[in-house]
Amino acid sequence: MQENRSENKIIITVSGVDRIGIVAKVANVLADYKVNIEDIKQTIMQDYFVMFLLGDISNAEKSFKEIKEALQKAGEELQMEIWVQKKQIFDKMHNI
Amino acid sequence: MSYINADSILETIDMIRVHHLDIRTVTLALSLRDCCDNDVKVVGEKIYEKIIRYAKNLVAMANEIEEEYSIPIINKRISVTPISLVGESCKEYDYVYLAKMLDKAAKDVGVNFIGGFGALVEKGCTRGDIALIESIPEALKQTERICSSVNVASSKAGINMDGVLKMGQTIKKAAQLTADKDGIGAAKLVCFCNVPGDNPFMAGAFHGYGEPECALNVGVSGPGVVRAAIEALPEGTNFSDMANKIKQIAFKITSTGELVGREMAQRMNLPFGIIDLSLAPTPEIGDSVAGIFQAMGLEHAGAHGTTAALAMLNDAVKKGGIMASSHVGGLSGAFIPVSEDAGMIEAASKGCLTFDKLEAMTSVCSVGLDMIAIPGDTPADTISGIIADEMAIGMINKKTTAVRIIPAPNKKAGDKVVFGGLLGEAPVMNVNTLSSSKFVQRGGRIPAPIHSLNN
Repeated sequence: MQENRSENKIIITVSGVDRIGIVAKVANVLADYKVNIEDIKQTIMQDYFVMFLLGDISNAEKSFKEIKEALQKAGEELQMEIWVQKKQIFDKMHNI
Repeated sequence: MSYINADSILETIDMIRVHHLDIRTVTLALSLRDCCDNDVKVVGEKIYEKIIRYAKNLVAMANEIEEEYSIPIINKRISVTPISLVGESCKEYDYVYLAKMLDKAAKDVGVNFIGGFGALVEKGCTRGDIALIESIPEALKQTERICSSVNVASSKAGINMDGVLKMGQTIKKAAQLTADKDGIGAAKLVCFCNVPGDNPFMAGAFHGYGEPECALNVGVSGPGVVRAAIEALPEGTNFSDMANKIKQIAFKITSTGELVGREMAQRMNLPFGIIDLSLAPTPEIGDSVAGIFQAMGLEHAGAHGTTAALAMLNDAVKKGGIMASSHVGGLSGAFIPVSEDAGMIEAASKGCLTFDKLEAMTSVCSVGLDMIAIPGDTPADTISGIIADEMAIGMINKKTTAVRIIPAPNKKAGDKVVFGGLLGEAPVMNVNTLSSSKFVQRGGRIPAPIHSLNN
């Protein structure tokens, strides 16, 4: 098991036209891959649904790449755009 | 505690998706000083083996990091010790063979360019330097991924005018030998004043003499991001506020480069070298330094005010970026290549941007006359005159300057050259047709300026 460190945090950004089952589907994929959801935020921006999830992959058995691919596949099925990134990029870019 | 900052996340994604934020290059800098031998075949084999050993995972690692942060890493490259030095101990020189071995190594590890086929001759040439310079046109003809650079001047040493004369001829010949591809050989050949030994950008990347065994250097970019940030400012925002905005964006761009560079270096078990915080355009629409000038309020690149705009941009980029990295180096500033920047191409094609204006701009940009196509019948001595002028700007102003011009074979002013990919395309620009011959053929050195005596 990996430690609970910042490189194990991922941000998933989901955007597109709002519909039933978005949160459920994404959360299901994360549960399947043993990614713990630590925080969720959602909003409507310019008529688009946008959801952010903070996940922890410390206990995930699959690689980041596999998790990302599974999420992107879910995104395609939902016809939503999904970005999966390690959280470090946001921490580094927006903090001194 | 972890939390979600929606604004930061959306801003980052927008920078990448809409405004072309990317890591322009991760460049493995590698010393080849231990590859010397008196048998040139042995040198070639040692070079090949060492590059493969160090760089075999470079592309795979870069792809992995690209995936994790969802930020494109456009180029993976290698820079090496100036090859004049590596091949100089050989009984018989064969620099073209060494170029081919470098090319093969680059191909086998999957990088698109390898830099360092060059020499540092600001004060004079050794026998190996001369042999290397003379081999450049043929080496560029026979290889695909080699980039060549020669430093012919510095603020400390002055300008080696023998070297300048030779480089004029070398550039011309490099273009002629690759006439079937619009003279692309010259697009991979650059001569410098005050060349930095840790620059990750091509064509001038090489691994300097004072550098460690190896290092990972990163070049960031993002003209599109800067343009978007300026456009988002309220109409009529003054220069102080605009400069501050550029600094903030440069900080964000550079921090991303620092993160990627450190991760790459750690995974490859290499020391992290430097971040080159440059604004490097690509021919893609929206990824243009000329576009920044327009966002600042100039009708087009080349308008009066362009030099001032570039000076402010260059300075603000450095001030913003410096806080974001432990080691900033390389060229660091705004590049103004013509063929690699859609806005510059348009300005040059319309005649708004002239060769002379570009020369003025090089006194405040990060490098120099870059990727400019000139008529194929331009005499070699005129090219040497162009180089001499550019070297003088660098020498006196204690900055890096460079010349990468392409005397496009069989083309005249107004024609177009097409190199493809990142090298782009360019209109052939007029140069002054007055003769520089008697001047450049005097030989010797232009002495270093008085302010070189600063001890």
